[in-house]
Amino acid sequence: MIRFLIAVVFFVGSIPSSGVVIAAEQVNLYSARKESLIKPLLERFTAETGIRVNLVTGKAAALQKRLEVEGRNTPADLFLTSDAGRLHLARQAGLFQPVESELLTRVVPAHLRDKDNHWFGLSKRARIIVYSKQRVKPGALSRYEDLTDPRWKGRICIRSSGNIYNQSLLASIVAHFGEQTAERWAAGVVANFARPPRGNDRAQIKAVAIGECDVAVVNSYYLGKMQNSSDPAERDAADKVVPLFPNQADRGTHINISGAGVIRHARNRENAIRLLEFLVDDEAQRWYAATNHEYPVKSGIEVSPTVKAWGYPFKEDTLDMGALGVHNITAVKIFDRVGWR
Amino acid sequence: MSTLCVRRHLPFSGGVRGHLRRPSLWTGVAAVTALVVMTPILTVLGYLFHPGTESWQHLAETVLDDYVRNSLLLTAGVAVGAGSIGITTAWLTSMYRFPGHRLFVWALLLPLSFPAYILAYTYTGMLEPAGPVQGWIRSTFGLAYGEYWFPEVRSLGGAVVMLSLVLYPYVYLLARASFLEQSVCALEASRSLGCGPWRSFFLVALPLARPAIVVGLSLALMETLADFGTVDYFGVSTFTTGIFRTWYGLYDEVAAAQLAALLMLFVLVLLGLERASRRRMRFHHATNRHRALPQQRLRPFAGGLAAVACSLPVAFGFLLPFGQLAVWMVQTGEQALDAGFFALARNSFLLAGGAAVIALLVALILGYGRRLHPTRWLRALVQVAGMGYAIPGMVIAIGVLIPFGWLDNAIDGWMRERFGFATGLLLSGTLFILLFAYLVRFLTISLQTVEAGLGRIRPAMDEAAWSMGASRLATLRRVHLPLMRGSLLTALLIVFVDVLKELPATLVLRPFNFNTLAVRAYELASDERLADASSAALTIVLVGIVPVVLLSLTIAHGRAGHARPA
Repeated sequence: MIRFLIAVVFFVGSIPSSGVVIAAEQVNLYSARKESLIKPLLERFTAETGIRVNLVTGKAAALQKRLEVEGRNTPADLFLTSDAGRLHLARQAGLFQPVESELLTRVVPAHLRDKDNHWFGLSKRARIIVYSKQRVKPGALSRYEDLTDPRWKGRICIRSSGNIYNQSLLASIVAHFGEQTAERWAAGVVANFARPPRGNDRAQIKAVAIGECDVAVVNSYYLGKMQNSSDPAERDAADKVVPLFPNQADRGTHINISGAGVIRHARNRENAIRLLEFLVDDEAQRWYAATNHEYPVKSGIEVSPTVKAWGYPFKEDTLDMGALGVHNITAVKIFDRVGWR
Repeated sequence: MSTLCVRRHLPFSGGVRGHLRRPSLWTGVAAVTALVVMTPILTVLGYLFHPGTESWQHLAETVLDDYVRNSLLLTAGVAVGAGSIGITTAWLTSMYRFPGHRLFVWALLLPLSFPAYILAYTYTGMLEPAGPVQGWIRSTFGLAYGEYWFPEVRSLGGAVVMLSLVLYPYVYLLARASFLEQSVCALEASRSLGCGPWRSFFLVALPLARPAIVVGLSLALMETLADFGTVDYFGVSTFTTGIFRTWYGLYDEVAAAQLAALLMLFVLVLLGLERASRRRMRFHHATNRHRALPQQRLRPFAGGLAAVACSLPVAFGFLLPFGQLAVWMVQTGEQALDAGFFALARNSFLLAGGAAVIALLVALILGYGRRLHPTRWLRALVQVAGMGYAIPGMVIAIGVLIPFGWLDNAIDGWMRERFGFATGLLLSGTLFILLFAYLVRFLTISLQTVEAGLGRIRPAMDEAAWSMGASRLATLRRVHLPLMRGSLLTALLIVFVDVLKELPATLVLRPFNFNTLAVRAYELASDERLADASSAALTIVLVGIVPVVLLSLTIAHGRAGHARPA
């Protein structure tokens, strides 16, 4: 038995373990976006340029830790996340380097990239309100601030505050109006909860559909995906709610980005920049819009028909994305204080 | 009663003491191995010595109470749930014959192949207000939401049920192995002295199996404390969600690691208390009379009850969610066997197999080292080395990353300075570091199982072997290993299945372009596309079933006193 066990160990140990193949041209990517939401684009990039892309996906915080620990020897050239706050944090940890690219600075609007060009937004998503077609009159609410009105008592569904999108939304309110106003807002929303926060954004939409609550706050692309779902029950639920882009008359609807930056110690710096440029080019931007129902960062790109039907373009909050990272800690502490689980 | 057949031994007292106390090569190797495995755990514990950050005040003022209370309630709930299901089914299947009894022996293990969070997602899909079950209730009785009562699946109670359903097999496996290894003498004696089946169970079988049951329960509870996916999805704030929230949301890695370290200390205290309560009792078999337990055939009514009791956990922990996933898979029309599938399955298998074998070898070194040299310091070392199971996988990953990154960079720096030659990262980003992380995380399983197996072997066996001139290694190989074959296979099986399901450490430590089934299932499921994830999830479950069934059959055949196939 012992001999067998030892044989197994040697067998497993002998499997070539380094995934990085020595290729002529390559770029190494750490991605907090899931494989299915990035791989098709990377394959197209490779087909176009001949540059091979090596990929590790994972949670942003953990990948960032890996980058920090690996230090100057890190194999990574590019770090991609689905949240602006995390990009800001990675920059603060000194992981990125500034990139001078005329194309990137022209295509990506200033508020969607780092002011010193350490990172760039690649796609946008809006945090919208959805309400019941049957039980809520159109025009009954139009702003995030309306959610604190006592008339919505026991009628609001929203996911837990552990979710980064809620944290970013509150961080944007902190950035605009300060901590106290933000705390009053959060407490007001909590007072109107129909149930303790649970489930993800799709679950909130379904809850509105069956009447567990009347109003919910969700990311736009979840509604888009549900409207186009292969599951009839999901399409059915999505049909029973109406999307509302809040604060069109004032600061605009809160948005967040997915984005990426070039690693300070990147060995394939030029290839990394080429990949970034590819990701904001028409083809990739159209892909994000069509596949994931996100919004392109580049102007003049078609959005998906679903998203188009909700109204596009809409007025978006042009708050500097870095501010979401700056105020994230404050937002989480507010959530804890007001009992938003 | 216990003096009749079950003798309480003091460990290794008497004549051979001098021989045993001399540290040997074994103990040296064991100590060094334990130290290496401990490094990531010490890295996490080391954060306790960082000055406290300002987050602590915030946590203490707002959410810490919640974390502690919910974690305790969850742990207590799972202890009761998994414990009662596991012990009852183990006892029924090892002592009685009833309809389907041979089937249940292995079918009861099936829920082990379900990752807890997949079970949680599946049940939510079925039972949430918008799901088919409540939809059926509404349409059949013409009710609207809120006009009828239905339990909320996404709640603390729901989490207890989910975790109990996937974790009871730990208790079942170990309790059953222990019931089967019990010499029939003790039970016969108790019966002949007039104990009914209930009294025999509570007075003889249960105390004899206590060490094994405690092992099973502590595995289940450590896994419960480390669970993130289920409680996060259900919106229950526990210590683990707190760790992640502190790290991700408050950006406070130090406070997060300190929370994790506290969790570890809590587990250490718990295990210490259990040990203290057993004090110096040891339960060895005082006789060599091993005979197949005469399984009693139950009368039809009792047999029916037993069959129902055994089928409930299988139905709810496996058949129902499995069926739901299968339905989803058909609905989404996704192909389960696409091109990448075999690569994923191969990767998963290699990692799981490699990790299971490594963990077993290390567990043997540590467990046997401790048996040979049962001193306090070695026991403490081994105890700490086995703490990884209570730590969330993501925290383990960090604990592994830091020392390896340091080592790699130190070597690189030294080589650059001396020879102007950069070695880069030698170990980080390789499968080696991943296997090491699995070892740290899952060593407890094989260690406890091996120790439970070793503990049931009388010290007199060792003494007899040595007196005949056998070396320590030969004694292990020719006496202990054959006697504890069932325990060894159990250890292999559980680690294998656990690695197959493991996610957070795999995600962050794996090399470029290297995916596993768990990664694929998680990426789809976490994207709120459970239906799309169903094929990968089903595959994990199916792949997990094969070793579960094979090994459970082997365990059944490998009962002490049975003739074994050569």
